[in-house]
Amino acid sequence: MAETNVAQSFTERRLGSAADLKLYQEELLAQKDPQQAEVIVCYGTGCLAAGAEQVEAALKEALDQAGLDTKVRPLIKTTGCRGFCSRGPLVVIQPEGLFYQKVKASDAEEIVQTTLVEGQPVERLLYQDPQSGEPIPREQDIPFYKKQHRLVLGRIGSVDPTDIRESIAAGAYQALAKVLTGMSPEDVVSEVEKSGLRGRGGAGFPTGRKWRGALKAIEKKGRPVYVVCNGDEGDPGAFMDCMIMEGDPHAVLEGMIIAAYALGSEQGYIYVRHEYPVAIKHLDLAMEQARSLGLLGDNILGSDFCFDLRINRGAGAFVCGESTALFTSIEGLAGEPRPKYVRSVEEGLWGRPTVLNNVESWANVPLIINNGADWFAGIGVPHSTGTKVFSLVGKVNNVGLVEVPMGTSLVEIIEEIGGGVPGGEPFKAVQTGGPSGGCIPYSLKDVPVDYDSLSKVGSMMGSGGMIVMDERDCVVDVARYFLRFLEEESCGKCIPCRLGLTRLREMLDDFSKGKGTEKDVEEIESLGEAIKDGSLCALGGSAPNPVLTTLQYFRDEYLAHINERRCPAGICKELISYQIDQEACTGCRTCARLCPQEAISGEKKKPHTIDQDKCIQCGICLESCNFGAVQVISPALVSQKSQEAAS
Amino acid sequence: MIEFKINDQPVEAQAGWTVLDTARQYGIHIPTLCHHEAVEPSGNCRLCVVELRDGDWSKVVISCMYPVQDGLQVYTDSDRVKNVRRWILEMLLSECPASSEIQRLAQEYGVEQTRFAIHDPEEDCILCGLCVRTCKEVVGVSAISMVGRGVHKVIGTPYMMPSDACVACGSCVTVCPTGAMRRRLDLVRGEPKTRMAHSAV
Repeated sequence: MAETNVAQSFTERRLGSAADLKLYQEELLAQKDPQQAEVIVCYGTGCLAAGAEQVEAALKEALDQAGLDTKVRPLIKTTGCRGFCSRGPLVVIQPEGLFYQKVKASDAEEIVQTTLVEGQPVERLLYQDPQSGEPIPREQDIPFYKKQHRLVLGRIGSVDPTDIRESIAAGAYQALAKVLTGMSPEDVVSEVEKSGLRGRGGAGFPTGRKWRGALKAIEKKGRPVYVVCNGDEGDPGAFMDCMIMEGDPHAVLEGMIIAAYALGSEQGYIYVRHEYPVAIKHLDLAMEQARSLGLLGDNILGSDFCFDLRINRGAGAFVCGESTALFTSIEGLAGEPRPKYVRSVEEGLWGRPTVLNNVESWANVPLIINNGADWFAGIGVPHSTGTKVFSLVGKVNNVGLVEVPMGTSLVEIIEEIGGGVPGGEPFKAVQTGGPSGGCIPYSLKDVPVDYDSLSKVGSMMGSGGMIVMDERDCVVDVARYFLRFLEEESCGKCIPCRLGLTRLREMLDDFSKGKGTEKDVEEIESLGEAIKDGSLCALGGSAPNPVLTTLQYFRDEYLAHINERRCPAGICKELISYQIDQEACTGCRTCARLCPQEAISGEKKKPHTIDQDKCIQCGICLESCNFGAVQVISPALVSQKSQEAAS
Repeated sequence: MIEFKINDQPVEAQAGWTVLDTARQYGIHIPTLCHHEAVEPSGNCRLCVVELRDGDWSKVVISCMYPVQDGLQVYTDSDRVKNVRRWILEMLLSECPASSEIQRLAQEYGVEQTRFAIHDPEEDCILCGLCVRTCKEVVGVSAISMVGRGVHKVIGTPYMMPSDACVACGSCVTVCPTGAMRRRLDLVRGEPKTRMAHSAV
């Protein structure tokens, strides 16, 4: 991002009042010429991994060479995640809003020449409508974006998160100014209550009620009270909070400052996992810049309200996303949960009243204050208001970050926004809510995605991970995957979670080898219930969900493993064999060359065969075959066929 | 006085009591492993679970930490409760097969044998942490602690070296519900030979 020391240039300016902030925003806006070109390079994780840095460097060089530095403002801008990760690296040219995807460094010169000099789009870099094949030049017309309602992600992708002036120009801290000038703490809490906002971390506890609870606890116990942000996002396949912290850290800060005002808190903490270094860097920079402008720290916006924040880095334990484990971790103890029969709002961090909210919940607060509770409550469905950000991953065409109103149906998200499963088949199941959530089958595709509907079908909202699966995903394998993850992440404090998850996983291991009886299916369910009921915290309390929901919806597939010794998806290694279709094989030798076991033999241009004794079922031949000649079958069929061949 | 019901029997408790305190007052049996009056409860062993019911609503909680409230309806031996205890005991049978306390409790809940693989037939520690809490809260020296995480968790001293902090009071051995600390004393104190050499220095 822009390597200027922004904080330094603020030392002479301190915003002394809400009016001063408004003035500053107007000044910043006046400095911008809306007609001047702007080249935006997405610096989200997906785009960075695909080479956004190289693209940015090449674009810079091409701009220098073309001598366009006065016509383009600023030279290049890098922003947080624009969401369409599978199409990265993304480059957007403003003010036209031209959307270039899968940009390579070698495209830079052409973009500068054709678009910036000649004013024409580079057609081959535009997104093509998958149905008609027509190029779609503008972002807002692309189906992936069209159906979305980007509020929390509103500023992400258009502002440089390392420069507070960009965010202020785009409206950051206006909600804080509104609160400080015209709203009492009571007004703020009732506004959040009225909005119906529920915790975006997964459980969906009403945020306003939580704040109200803290106010009541303060009446009893007095201050200090703490405001804490949970940025320990750890679900496999989920990255919404990371992208919010990286792309719009000021939204999170503003939400927390507003809550601190409402509760009379002087100190807050942001708990971010160590694996998110960019998020930590951007939050840190945002805090530094906000402090120097007088938006954080002592006498915020000239008032007598003082509040400061610090970042606590997690050391990588998934369980520290659980509220009480997060508190013990901040307190400097081993990150283990405590039983919470007394709520965190009464007895949280250091035994004091504490309000802990998730990153996305905090980012929603300024929106509610700015636009009003009624506006917010009008989005989504009753009891699940507002929007929700999902990370849409797995077997889906448009992998990325999407934000939709609550109550949007699963099928709309996966097929209309996500573009469906590659190959056009319907999806098999969707895992929502990460390792604590459940698998929802295609037959329930019309279920509206809101807190209550998801729990009704046995899953949960979770923090917003959405993993799409197709017919090549085995539910036993998926359940084992999540259990292995949680088994490693269990803190080991209570017995049901520490021992139960390993034992449950071992029982599923047997299934994947074709061992087990129908009685074992019932035993798995019984152990799953015992772990849910008996565990100390939500990690163990929800760990059996992937197993229990797949058993509920895909029992036949489990039974096929043990009764027929067959894995219908063709995944469980002990239950499958690879075989080459003698008709379809062209003898190209690709699979034979790649096979690590040298199990494939055959002359060039003649059909090949696989030596079953050497084969380790790695599947490389299946992936590498260009003619669809490699087939997955169960071992029983192989021996049957070889017998037939022998006779 | 707080009034509620345990197994449909009306009981009275004082504010600040837990469900377990009340049950013991009335002689209602709830099994525990990691509970001891001398230290703060921590909710590790989960054997003391009970079921709370209110109409159709029901929830399983641990009685050793659940604060009493007026109108609670507590069930100490419901099917859900028994299911949790049965599985815990079956898993403990394979984890610490040498503990006679576990064998006795397992029998009480009809768990005759375990289907799970036994890694160490000599093992008897259930990692309830009672020794660690006693060492910290009662003795005040914290010579031992929980080391590691998840399935790798063990009781140990810093860096697994014999600890000077240990005052040889034997409290950890006394509170241990399974007798596992007896086997571990040398780990904490060092072998007798090295211990003498150590004190000579």
